Amino acid sequence: MAAVNTVLASVGRVQTPLWGLLLLSIVTLLFALTQGSVSLSPYQVWQAFTGESATLANTLVLELRLPRILAAFATGGLLAVAGALMQVLLRNPLAEPYVLGISGGASVAALLAILIGVSGVFLSGAAFVGAIVSTVLVFGLTQLKTAASSLRLLLTGVVIAAGWGALITLILALAPPQKLPGMLYWLMGDLAYAGSPWPAWVVLVAVCLILFPLGRSLNVLGRGALQAASLGINVKRLERGVFVLASVLTAVAVTTAGSVGFVGLVVPHLLRMVLGNDQRIILPASALAGGCLLTLADTLARTVIAPEQLPVGVITALLGVPTFLLLLHRGRL
Amino acid sequence: MSQLRLDQLVVDIPYQQSGFALDVTIEPGQVWGVLGPNGVGKTTLLHTLAGLRNARSGQVVLDDVPLTQMSRGAIAQQIGIMFQEHQDGFPATVAETVMLGRHPHLSMWQSEQGDDRQLVEEALKALELSYLSQRQIYQLSGGERQRVALAMLLAQQPDIWLVDEPTNHLDLHHQVSAMALLQRQGKQQRCVIASLHDVNLASQWCTHVLLMYPDRAPLWGEARTLLQLTNLEALYQQPLAVAEVDGRPIFVPRVAQD
Repeated sequence: MAAVNTVLASVGRVQTPLWGLLLLSIVTLLFALTQGSVSLSPYQVWQAFTGESATLANTLVLELRLPRILAAFATGGLLAVAGALMQVLLRNPLAEPYVLGISGGASVAALLAILIGVSGVFLSGAAFVGAIVSTVLVFGLTQLKTAASSLRLLLTGVVIAAGWGALITLILALAPPQKLPGMLYWLMGDLAYAGSPWPAWVVLVAVCLILFPLGRSLNVLGRGALQAASLGINVKRLERGVFVLASVLTAVAVTTAGSVGFVGLVVPHLLRMVLGNDQRIILPASALAGGCLLTLADTLARTVIAPEQLPVGVITALLGVPTFLLLLHRGRL
Repeated sequence: MSQLRLDQLVVDIPYQQSGFALDVTIEPGQVWGVLGPNGVGKTTLLHTLAGLRNARSGQVVLDDVPLTQMSRGAIAQQIGIMFQEHQDGFPATVAETVMLGRHPHLSMWQSEQGDDRQLVEEALKALELSYLSQRQIYQLSGGERQRVALAMLLAQQPDIWLVDEPTNHLDLHHQVSAMALLQRQGKQQRCVIASLHDVNLASQWCTHVLLMYPDRAPLWGEARTLLQLTNLEALYQQPLAVAEVDGRPIFVPRVAQD
């Protein structure tokens, strides 16, 4: 019986992996601050924070690197949590934040904004509006009304996403050549033009707090709508709530950094393979691990061929694919 | 202990125009077997009794309160249901799955306590699953998966047990343990309602039966009085023979010899 006791003891307890990931996140953020076209020592970074350093290091760290690194971390966290939520909502391990066409809507709006020549806040605003329009469209067409709705929702989302895809191709085909690089960078995800990182952080922290008491209910929902209802869950209400939260997370992420692929699909699965499938652990762990992955990917993107920069989405895929395949080959999925 | 009343209940079976009303009271301590041919609505009835489907008319009443006036959470604290089919979209261990049975008894802010772990451990032991507790659910055989579902219901500790084909996939030894488990629940003054495809299980283990006919009014009452050759031959549209084993009638289909 001792063996059973140890197994059961681990069910439903917040575990040390979360503290490990938190530590990893802090180390990652500090490491990212030291890297760039000019490398700094951790001590110089510390001096910049305490205001004792030379102005150059000060500007580098506080005004150039810090906002971008914070934006990268928050975006990664948003995408990973959105992915984990979508996978539970759709009861489908292939679901990811963009599967319901949210990034498609954002992309079409952003490309149109680039086409008419706006930038900065207006570009972000257009992307956000596009994401919300797409969400409302999918939600309105599905209405999440019956127990069998998750498949209906998935198919509606996939078809809407395909529609947006066609519009994106059309815009790219018709756009004047000088606008193409900007558009392509946006589509591949790029943190160089990320504005203030704070909206993303506020949303990430707020959603994690909202999800905190819902973890066990989401575990039950993952076993199917009927089973969840039989265990006392108001399935319709929970599904709607999760759909709205995941949509907001994705919309904010896309608005901050364009459509960065792969993080939302890969991070939750990597964590499930290592940590099991308790949403109370997977959701906060996704926020931290997603943040770390995108921060590291962005650090590589801006240093590998510095001063030139690579689109961060390319790096996340290049890092993620082999890691994922390795774990899948060995692991428990 | 709770009582479940079917008040002029007509179950909403798709594609079936006429419906017959059920007017049955299930008292604590009774073990009911629901018998009938394939597609007659046994599963739909159990889902309706769990409050997961709306009735066409009439109502299900738990201790004088209609289910329609109760929240899902309140229902789940008293009524538990084991489904015929088990959905396993995501990986989970046996122990984690059985622990889900404790969900209705915990508030949003609570995590599983020592008592819950104790109940899960006992449930695993009762279904002879302790040695599998760390195993992934998708690695189990059909019979083992079925026992996990029963263990989850046992951990939930409901007053009303609704079980859809509890002996599916089980070998003879585990069929007996599963039915004995249901009988024990009855002895502890719980209500048990099980849909069964094997009439002999009902004959051996059930105190009461509900016979659901596709084309005429259902029959319900004590198992001893209702489990008769004529009733059952009409139920399954199949000639039967009856023999007595250990004082209980055992029914065997007759096959035409040619």
